[in-house]
Amino acid sequence: MLASLHSAHTSQAPVTHFAADRCCLSIDHFSLAYAGKPALRDLTLSVPRHRVTAFIGPSGCGKSTLLRAINRLHDLNESVAHSGHILLEGQDIHDSQMNVTELRRRVGMVFQTPNPFPMSIYENVAFGLRLQQRMPKRKRDDIIEWALTSAALWDEVKDRLHRSAWQLSGGQQQRLVIARTLAVQPDVLLLDEPASALDPISTLKIEELIRNLKSQLTLVLVTHNMQQAARVSDYTAFLHQGELVEYGPTDQVFTNPRLQRTENYITGRIT
Amino acid sequence: MSELSANLPPRRDRFRWLNSLWPWLCAASVALSVLMLAALLTLLAVRGLGHFWPASLEEVTLRSGESFAGQAVREVTLPQQEGDERLYFTGNRDIDGARWRWVAVDEIARRTQPADLIRLERTPWGDFIGRLEAIEQHDQRWEGEAAWQRLNALLALPISQRQDSQLLLTTTNGETLRQPLANVVSAQAPNAMSAWQKVHAWGEGVWRFLSEGPRAANTSGGVWPAIFGTVLMVILMSVMVTPFGVLAAIYLNEIAHQGRLTRFVRIGVRNLAGVPSIVYGVFGLGVFVYGIGGSLDEWFFSDTLPSPTFGTGGLLWASLTLALLTLPVVIVATEEGLARIPEAQREGAVALGATRLEMLTRIVLPMAAPAMLTGVILAIARAAGEVAPLMLVGVAKLAPQMPLDGEFPYLHLERKFMHLGYHLFDTAFHGEDVQAAIPLVYATALLLVLIVLTLNLTAIFLRHYLRRQRGNEC
Repeated sequence: MLASLHSAHTSQAPVTHFAADRCCLSIDHFSLAYAGKPALRDLTLSVPRHRVTAFIGPSGCGKSTLLRAINRLHDLNESVAHSGHILLEGQDIHDSQMNVTELRRRVGMVFQTPNPFPMSIYENVAFGLRLQQRMPKRKRDDIIEWALTSAALWDEVKDRLHRSAWQLSGGQQQRLVIARTLAVQPDVLLLDEPASALDPISTLKIEELIRNLKSQLTLVLVTHNMQQAARVSDYTAFLHQGELVEYGPTDQVFTNPRLQRTENYITGRIT
Repeated sequence: MSELSANLPPRRDRFRWLNSLWPWLCAASVALSVLMLAALLTLLAVRGLGHFWPASLEEVTLRSGESFAGQAVREVTLPQQEGDERLYFTGNRDIDGARWRWVAVDEIARRTQPADLIRLERTPWGDFIGRLEAIEQHDQRWEGEAAWQRLNALLALPISQRQDSQLLLTTTNGETLRQPLANVVSAQAPNAMSAWQKVHAWGEGVWRFLSEGPRAANTSGGVWPAIFGTVLMVILMSVMVTPFGVLAAIYLNEIAHQGRLTRFVRIGVRNLAGVPSIVYGVFGLGVFVYGIGGSLDEWFFSDTLPSPTFGTGGLLWASLTLALLTLPVVIVATEEGLARIPEAQREGAVALGATRLEMLTRIVLPMAAPAMLTGVILAIARAAGEVAPLMLVGVAKLAPQMPLDGEFPYLHLERKFMHLGYHLFDTAFHGEDVQAAIPLVYATALLLVLIVLTLNLTAIFLRHYLRRQRGNEC
C-alpha cells in the first residue's frame, strides 16, 4: 500500500496557481529542517484571499510545521533552519524589514488544544489589543464585543465577561481563542486542528464559524479529518513526508484527484 | 495461546503476608510522625506557658524547726539515696545567698499556703518571697491589708512617681528588709488569688514576656527585641533573595541554551541547598563582613575607624548571608513553576504578537507566581530557624539598640540584633541561673515555632489569594 505513494510520479506535483491579486500567501520553494532533519521539502503553493485552504496529510507530513512557519513560531527554536520564501501580500515574512510581532498580529494562530490565558474572558480578548497602541476603554470594549460576536461567543459570555476563562467549556474556550485572535484584526487566520480536542457539537460550531469568517479574512486549516476538510475548505493541499503531493479546489481533490496517492489517502487506504 | 499459558506455573506470591500489612505500616508511620509533632508542641506549650501561671507559694517547716517560703518546682529521686528531694524556688538572693533550695521530702514537717505570702519581682536581686509588713512614704505609713492595697495602687503609677516609698518586708524565718519601691517591678499574692485573677495574671505575664526586653543576663524578663530582630531579619532576607532567585530561575529556564553547561549549573544550584549552614556563615564573615564591610568602612566611615561600622557583624550581613543560604531553594522552586507552564500558553501569547518580554511579564510570571511564593515560604522556613551562621555574622547576646527606631535613617542595617534562636541557645547554656532559664527556654522555643508558623502562613495565604484571583488551580 505504501508503495503506491512512492509510485513513479517523478513529475512536478499538480499545483493550482492564483493571480497575484487573488493571492494572499505565497509559499515559494520553502524548505525547513529540525536539527538537520528535513521536515518540509521545497514546497511551492499559494493561498487565495478570503478562502479556506485545508492542509491534509498523514501525521508527520509537515502540515503543522508549515502552518507554524507562516507565523514564524519556529523563531523560538534555535535548531530550525529554513530556505526559500513565504510571501504575505507580496512581502517576505523573513525579510529584515518585517517586524515579527507585527507579522504575528497580521497572521493569527489557533492551536489544537484551547489555550485561554489564566485571566478573565474580557482580559483574554483584550490581551492582543493591550500589546498594540493604547486606546480608550470604550473603543476597546467595542472591539471586544465585535470579536466575541464574530467568534459566535458573545451571547454565551456577555453576562460573565469578568469571570475566569478557564471556567468555559472546551468548545467555548476554542471560540474564545479565535475571538482573541480576531480582536487584533489579522489578515490571515491559521487553524492547527482547531476541533480535534472537541466534541462533535462544538466541532460543528467551529466549522460553521470557519465558513462565516472567510468573508473577513483568509483562513488556513490543518486537519486530520477528511470530512472536515471536505465540509469547510475551498482548496485542499495534500502533503506527504514534507512534500506537496496535490493541491487544488477541494471538490476536485476529493472527487477526482489527479494522483493515485492522493486518492489512496483520501479513501483511507493509507494512513 | 491457551496451551502456552497452561504450561506456566501458578503465580507464587512469596510476600503474601505483606499484602494486608503494608497499609498499616504506612498508617503507623504517619501516626507516629503526627504523634511526635503533637508531643513536641504540647511539651513546649505546657512547660513554656505554664511558667507564667502564678504558682502557689508554700510555707515549709522542716523537722529541724527551720522554716522558709517558696514555690515547689519539681521532685526527683536521687540515685543511691533514700527518699525523694523536692526543689523549691525561694528567691531572696540578697538575704539567703541562693534562690533555689533542695529539700528532702522526709525532712518536711509541715507545709501550708498562707494567703498573706507575697512574691515581688525586683530589678536587682530578683524575686522576693515573704510578707509585706508596711509601706512608708514620707511620714505616712500603711500596715496590713491597707499596705497591700497601697502597694498595688503605687505599682499602677509610672515609675517616676513612686520614687520615695519604702517597703518593709519580712521573710518567713524572721529577717526584715527595707525595699525601695522604685526597684519593684510587680507584686503578687498568688495564694489569695481567685482563679480568674490567676488567669489575668497569667495573661499579663505572657504579655510582658512578649513585649519587654530581657533582664538579669537573659534569665528573666521578655524577648521582644529578639522577636523583632528575627522577624526583621527574615523580611530583609526575603526581600533580598526573591528578586535574585526569580531572575536566576528565569535565566536558567527561559533564556539559557538548554545544554550541558545549563544542566551543570542546575545541578550545582541544587547541591548548594545541601551545604551546611555554618559554611555560609564562614563565607559571610570572610566576604561580607571583613571583605565588603571592611572596604565600606575604609571608604565611607574612615573617621570612626578603628571601631568598625559595617566591618563587623550586623543586620545587613546576616540577612545577606541567609539570602545566599536560601537562594537555591527559591531558584529551584521558581524553576519548577516555570517548567510547569504549558508551552501552549507561551505560544498563545507569542502568536498574538507579544514579544518575549511581554510573554514573560504578562503570562509566564503571573502563572509562576504561586511557585515563586512556595520558594519564598521554604526560604523563610529555613532562614527563620537558622542560628549557626548568624553567630558569625551579626547576632548579639544583648543588643543595646533596636535595628529599627525613630532615629534617622530609621533602619540601621549595620547594628547587631537579637535573634530568638540565638537567645534560646544563650539562655539555655550561658545563663548563671540554669534552673530559672529552663522554663524560659521552653517558652522561647514555642515562640520561635509560632513565629516561623506565622511567617509561613502569611506567605501561604498570599499564594492562596493569588491562585484564587486567577480563578483556578495551576
